[in-house]
Amino acid sequence: MIQSQVVEASKKIQSKKLRAIVAKLGLDGHDRGAKVVARALRDAGIEVIYLGVHQAPEDVVEAALEEDADVIGVSILSGSHIELVSDLLKLMKEKNLSIPVVVGGIIPPDDVEELKKMGVYEVLGPGTPLRRIVEIYKKAAEECGRK
Amino acid sequence: MSDVSKLREKLKEWEKEVVEPILKKLPERKAKFLTEEGIEVRRLYTPADLAERDWNYLERLGFPGSYPFTRGPYPTMYRGRPWTIRQYAGYGSAEDTNTRYRYLLSIGQTGLSMAFDLPTQLGLDPDHKLAWYEVGKVGVSMPSVVEMDIVFKDIPMGKISTSMTINATAIEVLSMYVAVAESRGVDKSALTGTVQNDILKEYIARNNYIYPPEPSMRYATDLIIYAAKNMPRWNSISISGYHFEEAGATPAMEIAFTLADAIEYVKWVLERGKIPVDKFAPRLSFFFAARTNLFEQIAKFRAARRMWAKIMKERFGVKNPRSMMLRFHTQTAGVLLTAQQPLVNLIRTTIQALAAVLGGTQSLHVNSYDEALSLPTEESVKLSIRVQQVLLYESGVADTVDPLAGSYYIEWLTDEIEERAWKIIDEVDKLGGMIRAIELGYPQREIARSAYEWQVKVEKGEVPVIGVNLFAEEEVPSIKVLKVDPEVRQRVIERLRKFRAERDQTKLESRLNALRRVAENEEGNIFDPILEAVKAKATLGEISGVLREVWGEWRAPEVF
Repeated sequence: MIQSQVVEASKKIQSKKLRAIVAKLGLDGHDRGAKVVARALRDAGIEVIYLGVHQAPEDVVEAALEEDADVIGVSILSGSHIELVSDLLKLMKEKNLSIPVVVGGIIPPDDVEELKKMGVYEVLGPGTPLRRIVEIYKKAAEECGRK
Repeated sequence: MSDVSKLREKLKEWEKEVVEPILKKLPERKAKFLTEEGIEVRRLYTPADLAERDWNYLERLGFPGSYPFTRGPYPTMYRGRPWTIRQYAGYGSAEDTNTRYRYLLSIGQTGLSMAFDLPTQLGLDPDHKLAWYEVGKVGVSMPSVVEMDIVFKDIPMGKISTSMTINATAIEVLSMYVAVAESRGVDKSALTGTVQNDILKEYIARNNYIYPPEPSMRYATDLIIYAAKNMPRWNSISISGYHFEEAGATPAMEIAFTLADAIEYVKWVLERGKIPVDKFAPRLSFFFAARTNLFEQIAKFRAARRMWAKIMKERFGVKNPRSMMLRFHTQTAGVLLTAQQPLVNLIRTTIQALAAVLGGTQSLHVNSYDEALSLPTEESVKLSIRVQQVLLYESGVADTVDPLAGSYYIEWLTDEIEERAWKIIDEVDKLGGMIRAIELGYPQREIARSAYEWQVKVEKGEVPVIGVNLFAEEEVPSIKVLKVDPEVRQRVIERLRKFRAERDQTKLESRLNALRRVAENEEGNIFDPILEAVKAKATLGEISGVLREVWGEWRAPEVF
């Protein structure tokens, strides 16, 4: 039993690719951005767990724990980013999940600051180059002590 | 020698003697000029390009208001009736939305277009756990008939036409509209407007579906059948390509997938409704996007009209010309707005609006310059209306019908787009129609691929975007943005609780049970029992809840 757990763990370390959750948080269905980002991350060698639309904060946290993710990316274009992300971060704290959260979507400038104050690693608005998005996901995971 | 062969000879001469020496001194900007569809644009168009395609005026264009409707659905177009200036709007509470509508009408808007929040679109009352975050954010919250009454306070429902972007809960919301109108003495048969009711595109691109495709199609079809019998002036569906374009579709994909959806709806109504095609087809309407690539967009609209006429005539054998007419609403392309240098968006949307008008749209929404950042403010939406008014009153583009017809380039491009769109429709036909194609993920995959390719081109600089990859500036845009008051949520929820407490519970339950029985049985039309439930003060979430229990919920396969 213990042995198999050790084998399992070392296998994980050896094959450890960066793992990212990409999700549409809330009821918003605009998934073009999330899908393009998911594909760009995958093409950059990151393992992407794409959760799709209509995800509650609970769904995202549960998936991140289950998938042993290094970073969470959520996309919101409906204007509900403050409330949704605040609940997501609260829940992560409760579950002892300390990995960076990246937010994308239509976010007014004032709210970008507020989200960062709340503890969001980075907010990426429309027009952000994919190259930069990939860099940020990688950097976010590394700075948090995971590779 | 024919005129065309003489022209070809002269053209060769010109290229050799005039163009070649110039190219040596001044090479062209690019080796290849491509449209967004990827069509290679030639240096010059002449009658020779049309002759290549056996182009013939009467066959390809004809006259406006007659088959194949390439030049427009109506004989006099904007000389008789201008397009409807219809800005998509709604946010916060019913009171906020009423204020915004009256403001829009006061500055020259000529029709209303209702935006609903996500809980309303997904059949959840605002006090539902997942709904709470989204109440009033992207549209008005509409859990009950009371909210509808407030939204239309002091607005003459018998006179104004109203378009509603509502799909999975279209019947609930339309029933609320009907109930409020009737309470004011306006019969449903007199109401004018449109309900989007296009569930197929939700599975492909927009993602606001509730039930699995089959019961959803029954729901949409029942609305079309009900309206054909009871609401003769109401457009019972707005078959939408806009969302495909927004999700990444090329122009040919946009019109092809839309028309393929339309074919599916016609088949369903014929089979379920047992009513003649000419009874409902004149009330099918369409919705497309207008991008900045001017000529290609104009060609797209013209091609779509010609294709629909052909589909209705040849596939469905319709006789009434009104059943062959593609009438459409246009919205300028939201995806082309930039958060960087936001005022530049005004220039983009002006060109996009021009494309829609030159393409013969029946109504138009112009996006506001601040919408890559938030919902539009009163100030920004006023400019969107002014753009339309300048086009209508100052530019002269609305003074003659289809002014670009006969342009060698426009006609060549219209044919080119049409040809590509037919290929896509053939593909859908081969898969067994649109529902099967959606189950197989065909349109979703094509659109996702196209979106990704576009993004890669933007990054490589192959697609120039001013302010993003060209003439970019280091700046944080400092513009005023609209914020939805978070207190709205509490107000809406309190009003809903009061509404629920003051109903006749027995009557409500019997109506909901009647609805359940019709839903369980495939025969009956679902519209009437929903209308009756609304009149017995059922909430949107309760009605949708009954249907969820009977029909189940849809989880989409995720393709990226």
